[in-house]
Amino acid sequence: MRKFKIPEIGSFRLGLGLVLLFIFVVLGVILPWFAPTNPLTWYKSPRNQGASLHHLLGTTNLGQDIFWLLTWALQNSLVLGLSVAFFSTLIGVFAGLAAGYAGGWVDRVLSFLMDALLCIPSLPILILLAALFGGQLSLPVVGMALVLFNWPYPGRQVRAVALTMREREFVNVAWFSGESSLRILGRHVFPYIAGWSAANFINTVLVGIATETSLAVIGLSSAQQATIGTMIYWALKYQALLSQRYLWVGAPVLSIVLMFIALFLVSSGLAIRSAARRIG
Amino acid sequence: MIEIKNLRAGYGRPDAFIPAVDDISLTIGDNEIIGIAGESGSGKSTLLRTIYGDFTGGLKLRDGSVTGHFKDPETGRPLVCESSTFQKLWWDVISYVPQGSMSVLNPIMKIEKQVTDGLPAREKRGSRQELRSRLASFLAGFGLPETVLDSYPHQLSGGMRQRVLVAIAAFVNPQLILADEPTTALDVVVQKRILLMLVEIQRRLKNTLVLVSHDLGVHYQITDRIAIAYKGKIVEVGPTDEVFSNPQHDYTKALIAALPRIGQPRQETARGAVGVIV
Amino acid sequence: MRLLSQIATRLISYFLVIAFGLTTIFFVPRFAPNDPVEAMLAKVSSTGSFMDAAQSDALRASLTDAFGLQGSLLEQYGRFVKRVLLTGDFGPSLAMYPTPVSELIGRALPWTFGLLLSSTLIAWVLGNFVGLLAGWRPNKASSRIMEAVAITIYPIPYYILALVLSILFSYIWTVFPLTTSVHGAPWSWAFVKSVVWNSILPAASIVIVVFGWWVISVKAQTTALAEEEFIRYARLKGLSDRRIITRYILPNAILPQITFLALQIGLMFNGSIVTEILFEYPGLGHLIYTAVIQGDYNLLMGTISLSIVAVATATMIIDLIYPLLDPRIRAR
Repeated sequence: MRKFKIPEIGSFRLGLGLVLLFIFVVLGVILPWFAPTNPLTWYKSPRNQGASLHHLLGTTNLGQDIFWLLTWALQNSLVLGLSVAFFSTLIGVFAGLAAGYAGGWVDRVLSFLMDALLCIPSLPILILLAALFGGQLSLPVVGMALVLFNWPYPGRQVRAVALTMREREFVNVAWFSGESSLRILGRHVFPYIAGWSAANFINTVLVGIATETSLAVIGLSSAQQATIGTMIYWALKYQALLSQRYLWVGAPVLSIVLMFIALFLVSSGLAIRSAARRIG
Repeated sequence: MIEIKNLRAGYGRPDAFIPAVDDISLTIGDNEIIGIAGESGSGKSTLLRTIYGDFTGGLKLRDGSVTGHFKDPETGRPLVCESSTFQKLWWDVISYVPQGSMSVLNPIMKIEKQVTDGLPAREKRGSRQELRSRLASFLAGFGLPETVLDSYPHQLSGGMRQRVLVAIAAFVNPQLILADEPTTALDVVVQKRILLMLVEIQRRLKNTLVLVSHDLGVHYQITDRIAIAYKGKIVEVGPTDEVFSNPQHDYTKALIAALPRIGQPRQETARGAVGVIV
Repeated sequence: MRLLSQIATRLISYFLVIAFGLTTIFFVPRFAPNDPVEAMLAKVSSTGSFMDAAQSDALRASLTDAFGLQGSLLEQYGRFVKRVLLTGDFGPSLAMYPTPVSELIGRALPWTFGLLLSSTLIAWVLGNFVGLLAGWRPNKASSRIMEAVAITIYPIPYYILALVLSILFSYIWTVFPLTTSVHGAPWSWAFVKSVVWNSILPAASIVIVVFGWWVISVKAQTTALAEEEFIRYARLKGLSDRRIITRYILPNAILPQITFLALQIGLMFNGSIVTEILFEYPGLGHLIYTAVIQGDYNLLMGTISLSIVAVATATMIIDLIYPLLDPRIRAR
């Protein structure tokens, strides 16, 4: 007899992802408050140090402590990703519900807008924006542009769910028993799409961070603020690779890879769980 | 044809075994149509799977045996083997008619390909055109047009699809056909047509047909003998007429009592006996 | 008939999407704080060349003309649409004066196209193969390991992988070239060899990530399909595992992937832009970057318009192919 059950794949994924994510939240949200100095300032520390107890990940050739710089970068990237995801999901859920429930021309216009935005590659437009804003985009502008391109994902999904919900028995029952449409939305429909929305939310955090990073890696995001992407950009710019300072590049690269894996595990874990609940 | 002795089969590990078939003995003869009736959970489907030798999804044969007495299709010599080795006889000596739901055929493969796909090598001899014309005339014998061969499953009605499934199973000239609820979810007229088709095939091939259905009306119309399954056991076996006119077991009595228009002359009952007993 | 009206709807939405995209990129520069003409003038004067007022006015006028900025907004818009859709003429490139933008794009396009097409194909074939095997026996150790690998590599952006690959193979073990340099006469053996050699790392970064995605997707598809009734029926017909996988599962698993592919094209294009920039691979992405760095307005508008048209076209073609491959839709 087995004493313990092997956890289901979905929940195992979710658990592992959440643990990893928790580490990044500690690194990116709590630790930045304990930074001894502003890690962005140049020459606060000796330049080009290797890893030591004093400088956990060494220093850059501008005399910045890489570890503390990384915590700040994580903070900015996380804040950006979360705000993009928050506003995209908010807009997407409302637009999706409106399209799915109102039907008619509201649905047609919204659906077209969503399909069109999904078809248009976002990065070229962001690059265009960056070029026109003098070669650099500040984080809020990047964030707004990303919201513009990312609300259609939750929007389309919520619309599809809303369409099927219109036909569902329990919604009809609620309808005929005289509940108001708002109450039906809040009590019956929203809990139903909450699982999907959560998975989508995390996925949008991922997409947001990834796109900002890609802009930053090619030097088109804010140079004044530390993000994971700008760290990689400066490391490449100052030839960290040629001088074999692999920690300088490696630290942000490794943390972004781990963070993306964590986010993906959480989002796909949530999706599996909500699919399982839908069937069961 | 098939000899079942003290069969116990079911699911789960040895320490937590759940028998679905519990100590069943049954002999299935040559050239007969035998029905297995019972409600869902009575073990009739598991029994059918054991007879077919389909030991997947955790189905295990614990005790007893299922022995087949066939003839080798090439040499005609007698062939005796256990159901655990039946797999090599599939779609050659034994074939199977599933319930013709929407998803039982590959949705993106033409019917012709799905018929020829499982055929034994000896049936595939000759050219493609020859096989196709043989197929077409075989189908025509059951009132199915040749165009069916070029159709995809979604283009066929439920009744057509079920007839195609019967035809696929019969085309290999099997010595044993197992049919699992072949008429469920079809309307009465179509049901009747399929039952007639099954009977015709059996009479023509003089082989054995095992028909599993929860619908006593179906059994009453075509089976020669009937076995009533209840809670993993066979509670009653006998010629269909006898079982219907003089049921021995209480469960059988209850089943028959639940049929509409009991006590009418046979012809009429058969026409009316479409009650669904669950 | 229904199929025809579907195609018509798809074509209409294709043109609407392009119109929407082009309108967006037409208006963005016009509401941006930086005037491209003034930016260019500043750039010219920063190079040290002295201009008097008349000269700079003349230059301003000719730049305004070259950028298509003269006249009312409506006139500009009309000219812009004509440029993109009819003539494909974006004027001369300023960074590489007087080469026309269209010629630069024409030179870059085969590189990007070849890179994306070949890496997508390789990843697709490998991903399907592994995904099918893993999905057919989902509980085997090898299947679980493959899925874990796929889950680990899929979320990594191409450019991060490109970076890791270049650190590993261009810095630590100097196997592959760091930047792209092609030699040999066009289409000679040496030329083809150097193109392939230079493309291996950028392609690998795309192949690996896309491979991860296909494995995840195909495995899920296969596992779901293996539970289907028609697979059980095929098995009871005595068909071999191999035949069931190739004839029953594979075609059914591939079909929905085509729509996934349509959704992925935009993302893949995004990824290839950064990969190209990092490897200095002479494709469209690199051209966009050059345009940004050099402040080449014509080149920028040309490349970005083209990216939108290209991605929309690729997506549309895939959407149109789908009903031809799926008999359930085709035969309606």
